[in-house]
Amino acid sequence: MSTIEEPATETRRWVGQSVPRKEDPKLLTGRAGYIGDVVLPGMLHGAVLRSPHAHARILSIDTSEAEALPGVVVVLTGATATGYVDPMPAFCAEPVEQRAIAVDRVRYPGEAVAAVAATDRYIAEDACARIRVEYEVLPALVDPVAAMDPSATKVHETLDSNVVFHRSLDWGEVDADLARAHTIVRSSARWHRMGAHPIETAGAVAHWDPFGESMTVWSNSNFINFLPWAFAGILRVSTNRLRMIPCTVGGSFGSKHLITKVISITGALSKACGRPVQYLEDRADNVAANDNVGCDRIYDAELALAEDGEMLGLVLRIIDDYGAYFQFAHGQHGNAVAQPVGPYRIGSLRYDVSCVLTNKVQQGFFRGAGADPGNFILERLVDKAALEMGIDRVELRRRNFIQPDQFPYKIPTGNIYDSGDYEAVLDRALEIAGLDAWRTEQERLRAEGRYLGIGLATCQERSGYNASEWWFLYGDEAPLPATSTPESCKIDVDAMGGVRATIGCPLWGNSPETVVGQVVAEEFGIDPSSVSVAYADSTSGAISAGPGGSRVTIMLSGATRGAARTVKDKMIRVAASAMEMDAEDVECVEGVFRAKGAPGTSMTMAEVGMRAHLFNDGTSKAESSGLVAVHTYDHPYFTPPTDDRSDLGAFYPMVSHACHIPIVEVDPETGEVTLRAYYVVNDCGTVMNPALVEGQVVGGIVQGIGAALMEEYRYGDSDGTLETPTLREYLLPSMHEVPEIVLEHLETPSPFTTYGVKGAGEGGRLVAPTAIASAVDDALRPLGVWVDELPMTPERVVGMVADAREGRR
Amino acid sequence: MPDKVRVRITVNGTRHDLLVEPRTLLADLLRNDLALAGTHLGCEQGVCGACTVIVDDTATRSCLVFAAQLDGSSVRTVESLAAADGTLHPIQRAFTQEHGLQCGFCTPGMLMGACELLERVPEPDREDVEEALGGNLCRCTGYQNIVRSVRTAGRIMADEQSEVRA
Repeated sequence: MSTIEEPATETRRWVGQSVPRKEDPKLLTGRAGYIGDVVLPGMLHGAVLRSPHAHARILSIDTSEAEALPGVVVVLTGATATGYVDPMPAFCAEPVEQRAIAVDRVRYPGEAVAAVAATDRYIAEDACARIRVEYEVLPALVDPVAAMDPSATKVHETLDSNVVFHRSLDWGEVDADLARAHTIVRSSARWHRMGAHPIETAGAVAHWDPFGESMTVWSNSNFINFLPWAFAGILRVSTNRLRMIPCTVGGSFGSKHLITKVISITGALSKACGRPVQYLEDRADNVAANDNVGCDRIYDAELALAEDGEMLGLVLRIIDDYGAYFQFAHGQHGNAVAQPVGPYRIGSLRYDVSCVLTNKVQQGFFRGAGADPGNFILERLVDKAALEMGIDRVELRRRNFIQPDQFPYKIPTGNIYDSGDYEAVLDRALEIAGLDAWRTEQERLRAEGRYLGIGLATCQERSGYNASEWWFLYGDEAPLPATSTPESCKIDVDAMGGVRATIGCPLWGNSPETVVGQVVAEEFGIDPSSVSVAYADSTSGAISAGPGGSRVTIMLSGATRGAARTVKDKMIRVAASAMEMDAEDVECVEGVFRAKGAPGTSMTMAEVGMRAHLFNDGTSKAESSGLVAVHTYDHPYFTPPTDDRSDLGAFYPMVSHACHIPIVEVDPETGEVTLRAYYVVNDCGTVMNPALVEGQVVGGIVQGIGAALMEEYRYGDSDGTLETPTLREYLLPSMHEVPEIVLEHLETPSPFTTYGVKGAGEGGRLVAPTAIASAVDDALRPLGVWVDELPMTPERVVGMVADAREGRR
Repeated sequence: MPDKVRVRITVNGTRHDLLVEPRTLLADLLRNDLALAGTHLGCEQGVCGACTVIVDDTATRSCLVFAAQLDGSSVRTVESLAAADGTLHPIQRAFTQEHGLQCGFCTPGMLMGACELLERVPEPDREDVEEALGGNLCRCTGYQNIVRSVRTAGRIMADEQSEVRA
């Protein structure tokens, strides 16, 4: 159930190097094969008509004019689509049904009401414009607090309340800690909904074969080798007659785990006409209706401290606006309780969460997956405590850090932190930031009436999830067995010694081919560029949860090394047999199998390969012919929750850590926040590939800059209209907003994982928002501003300054 | 539907004589009619820049131009950069050297924008790059390595030029 890896004693040749990225040539030349590049003979093109209303009853739909348009092959409404497909899979226990095309009632602006397949996309969109829908507009629930009122209109008639889920759990002696505290700091913070918005939208091609009752689906979904049976359920196809083929994915950031609505609509259209159909979201579809929206939380939080600044207990009361459906349940809170106490020795936690339904698109996943606002609120509380108690913010953190000799460390919820040295990270960050010079600059500018601020945040990045987090807050029953989040790799060595790896995860913008190449190279001593890597479809048995929860490099390293070692061990046996030696006396060095200590006797990869494939002549009777191994690597360290959930067990135990120090300048008149510099020290255990990890961290930080300063879904107060329907209104960071980011790594390897790797995919975005908030506070300290709401748009900053001046805060 | 329009257009050095619907966007002509799938569509409203190609030496958003407007024009797409034998263009080499891409979806637009910039400004500074590519969105890299890539490309191209002269 849990393993401790052997300590890293050997020197490594390829793991830890900035090996060139194997994925690049196809991406740089436009040949990567994204979903939009899939073309099949006779393929039709889909388009979707969406509701302009946040909440309405569908009285009638007239599709006759659309159907009459030349080139239109199929028009489906919600009602007719039920003839082909079933509702979305739900990971919640509550009766909230969602269909890809709404039936009778729309519950968020942009919900699909009809879909068309036509000979080209232009005609399909023309047809959408000719569909007549008669709506009875209903009151829109926009404010989650108002939606909680028992008298509020219900988003779903199957529920008694719009509070679809509520639970309060105590871990440790919360009340006693509050009672003995010298100081309790409070924060009401608001984290608004933001969207992942990869530059490529979601899409699928479905090809239904009515004779074989089978379907082939190409898509940019991640979960094709994790939950293929869930897709089969929606598409009403036998699980063993559905084949899902991965495409290169143009970014996801969590938003493309399932894309069930897109796949369902495409599959329904194909079933309705028996032809292959491609449906690609356009940007308006994606912003309005893709499940790429992250958390939307109102926090009422307290941190209890002793007189000397010791953090005793934490209380988090959360109202989370889930939008109109609850497909992924409270998974993002399961995620958040992996690290609610951050890097600190906080002894108790009360976690009180209300998940509320409103008339907005449902929450999906976005990089951070619930831990992003978690880090925001905790670090805001710590900064506030420092200010209120008159303790330097750096010193307060130092006093409370978990110490290096305390690992593995169990936090109140039961999760385990594997390793770390938080003070070393902090010290190095302070050094590289050159704080004294910035303080001098701050004083100089203040004398000129300008506001420079130095931010600081020290945060965790839990990585490598065990999917138990999805269900364990449903605490009234004994827990299910811990769920598996596997990753698979098949390695085969051909008769000429060529090494091919086939992996279950898709290319999501990260670098699985490069990682696999490095690991195979490490194990065989061959050049990583010689290793070929392919992606498995859902019929291969290469089960894989893919990228998500900062897991894929951890898991893929384990899967690849496992498969490589199995094949290598067989090759050693085959070579030993051929060389008439004992296998124990043979080693593989730089791709050559040779007698230990007598390098003169040796066989090449090709010689061993040929022998294993073609000349299994009985000298090695115990071996079958060929050189192939599939290794499925399961979560390396977990323990199950207790029945009463007083201990959730270890479920997210590889914990990276970072300290971010951004420098900002704020103009209190215009509200503009400008990043002047940005310093990071990151510890994600053994760094597999420094260039690639830097890319992940910097990319995440820039998404965090977006979260801090500009990104926000906005809805009209009165009617729930989506006011940010395109990238003109929903702003993403551009080159103009990005400062020079200086990054260093410290490495405390994980004792649980292959090579000691931890996750690095989300940390940038997990830390940057709260670090930048702290910088804006620091800049505007003379004005008494306290940031408790993101993003800090110009209008919000101006408002905060005005509120502070007028004593409203 | 109005009659089709004749468009004589040169794409990556190949001349085409085509009949297109008046509303056909350049991006769709490239992707659908000419099977040049390297030009990507991210927003179809001119915000993201993923579809940037070079039309008569000017970086152009192919989602905002009708093919019918380009009779007599010459277009270059990402497919024009690498040689048929697989040799990458210096700009592509610089992007891989500096890790200036992750998912690759915005990359063709970045490369073509960079290509046009480097033809105008052979050794750009950070501000030049920002001015030329500030309107191209990338959601993966955080841009730092894209700026480095473009500047490195300028240096590689200058070095190769001087080697040719020597």
